[in-house]
Amino acid sequence: MLQQLILALWAIVLAIGLSALFFIGSNLLLDRVLTSDHLRDDDARSQRDDIRESIRPWIFIGPALLLLALYLVVPVFYTLWLSLNSRGEFVGFANYLWAFNNRGFQISVRNNLLWLFVVPTFSTIFGLLIAYLTDRMWWRNIARSLIFLPMAISFVGASVIWRFIYDYRGPGDDQIGLLNAVVVALGGDPQAWIALQPLNNFLLMAIMVWIQTGFAMVLLGAAIRGVPEDTIEAANMDGANEIQMLFKIVIPQVWGTIVVVWTTITVLVLKIFDVVLAMTNGQWQTQVLANLMFDIMFRAGDFGRGSTVAVFIMLAVLPIMWWNVRQARKEMG
Amino acid sequence: MIKAQKFTVGNAIKHLIVLTFVVLWTLPTAGLLVSSVRDADQLIVSGWWTALVPTERNEAHRTQSADAQVEENGMFRIDGQLFREGSGRSVVAWGTGPRTLEEYEPGGTWERDDGSRITIESDGSYTWLSDEPFEHTRGIRLFYIAAIPPRFTLANYERVLEAEGIGRAFINSVTVTLPATFIPILIAAFAAYALSWMTFWGRTFFLAAIVGLLVVPLQMALIPVLSTYNWLGQTWISSLGWEPRSYLGIWLAHTGFGLPLAVYLLRNYMVGLPKEIMESARMDGATHFKIFISIVLPLSIPALASFAIFQFLWVWNDLLVAIVFLGQGEGRTVLTAQLRELLGSRGDNWEILTAGAFITMIVPLVVFISMQRYFVRGMLAGSVKGG
Repeated sequence: MLQQLILALWAIVLAIGLSALFFIGSNLLLDRVLTSDHLRDDDARSQRDDIRESIRPWIFIGPALLLLALYLVVPVFYTLWLSLNSRGEFVGFANYLWAFNNRGFQISVRNNLLWLFVVPTFSTIFGLLIAYLTDRMWWRNIARSLIFLPMAISFVGASVIWRFIYDYRGPGDDQIGLLNAVVVALGGDPQAWIALQPLNNFLLMAIMVWIQTGFAMVLLGAAIRGVPEDTIEAANMDGANEIQMLFKIVIPQVWGTIVVVWTTITVLVLKIFDVVLAMTNGQWQTQVLANLMFDIMFRAGDFGRGSTVAVFIMLAVLPIMWWNVRQARKEMG
Repeated sequence: MIKAQKFTVGNAIKHLIVLTFVVLWTLPTAGLLVSSVRDADQLIVSGWWTALVPTERNEAHRTQSADAQVEENGMFRIDGQLFREGSGRSVVAWGTGPRTLEEYEPGGTWERDDGSRITIESDGSYTWLSDEPFEHTRGIRLFYIAAIPPRFTLANYERVLEAEGIGRAFINSVTVTLPATFIPILIAAFAAYALSWMTFWGRTFFLAAIVGLLVVPLQMALIPVLSTYNWLGQTWISSLGWEPRSYLGIWLAHTGFGLPLAVYLLRNYMVGLPKEIMESARMDGATHFKIFISIVLPLSIPALASFAIFQFLWVWNDLLVAIVFLGQGEGRTVLTAQLRELLGSRGDNWEILTAGAFITMIVPLVVFISMQRYFVRGMLAGSVKGG
């Protein structure tokens, strides 16, 4: 134990030290090699300075570009290529045809669509509602902190928490799962929720809504703070009630933030993996694309079909990516 | 500004709705926490919300044989105790068979067909009296409902930390997380500075590319990067004694995957720093490196902290990258992977799962609660990315 701890600390220091050393070393080296201090001629001097300073940006940005290329850009194209191959042989769109005719894939697509609809919708609505209701509440901070807290919990940890809530015991025994205890107290029969189709999909989604509502709440809370006081005053004067205020004043003013929250959660949900793996591992028709890909890639060892599934996730993200890049270019002018 | 509010029905409803949300959002975690310190035997028979109430359990006890009898005023008696000493248990009711558990109250007497009499007190002591000497070699069975006082223990934690590998996984998680948080910060800070304050070919293109890369799903990178690692491991690095699945591999992977957000966040922050400071430093002949180290980096600490918390939570809570690039077993399993392993192998041992889950959560919760301000700031600045 102690030995590993020392090893770990040593590795941490080494990793951080080496990367720091690279930046310091390369910059000093550049200053030394292309120094202009010994040059007497002003022209030669400024020319040397220009060369040096045109190299320096690449030292600054080089490692980032290299890593981005190696870990994201090149792999994306390589995955596209792999999706057209099967065990080292080019097979054209055969993997895609296989996917369309595969029951597991169809279920995954259906479930991903459900996830895409349910999780961003409910997270945003709950987040907006809580942000709006707590806006002027005296115990605002404590309420918001508690609802925000699940953001810190890993998806696997959250899965343990919720599997415990969905736990099932036979009808004769005391239920130790909260959900079944409530159902029994209300006179119902206990259920094995996780295996109960098609409800189980929604029970998995509830976990994600539980985590993401805090995110939506914080972003929308900040946006609601930014709604000009005078518009609210004016609406108050006109005798608008809380509900009218929410729909007529607040929502239109924070619409931009709602869209951002929505897309952010959408991108996250497209890649949903941990919750499904930990809760059901795709059994009882709860499979999703990311978990299907993991299955194909590791259990079946089929990189071609695995890549094909990944490409579908990528295709779903493309519109959002295009939109983001367009917005960014606009902002940069 | 907090305004004094009048009490109205509408206001009460508002508070009630928020309260409902807060309770619903807090209960799941509370249940986990309470369960993790409960006695394992109680945990499986009663809900955690009854943790403070004694649990009732149906039990049976075999009395002593005739050897234990004593003669007293011409009567024969056998004394015994249902419970171990100091267990704090008590008898709620008892009976003559497993189906008639509530036949007698504590202190009641059962007249047997052979004329002997059995009395059980609520503290679990029983007396069996008879006019004839006892001759049985095997005692008879007594059936009762026992009330077991609530018991809290840290034994679950001891067990998961040692026997279930969570302790080891904790150190592994630290080993993965710290470098995977600091390396991208360093690399991204330099890149962000270049993108905000240096002029070079392709700057706008790189910026747009980074915004695009923000949402690229991890899944697109897994197979190529893993194949490359495997290939490297098989061909030339193996001669150096390295494996394809190593800490170095996962640090770099996390760095690569975290860079778009890091550069994006830091660049957005740095570009907003006052231009005049930068320009006057340039006038004084300071190089970009010097400006970066002595001016920009110290000024950017809030943004650096925001990203650090993001990346820390992301890496600590990550499962996918860890199981792909580090694998399971071989003493390199991180917390999330170990917890998932337990979920598979110990699916019904809730004392292990709840304690294990809480240990995986404790570090992110502490970081999160103590640095929520920075986290929120970062979130507001970088919400284009999908995590």
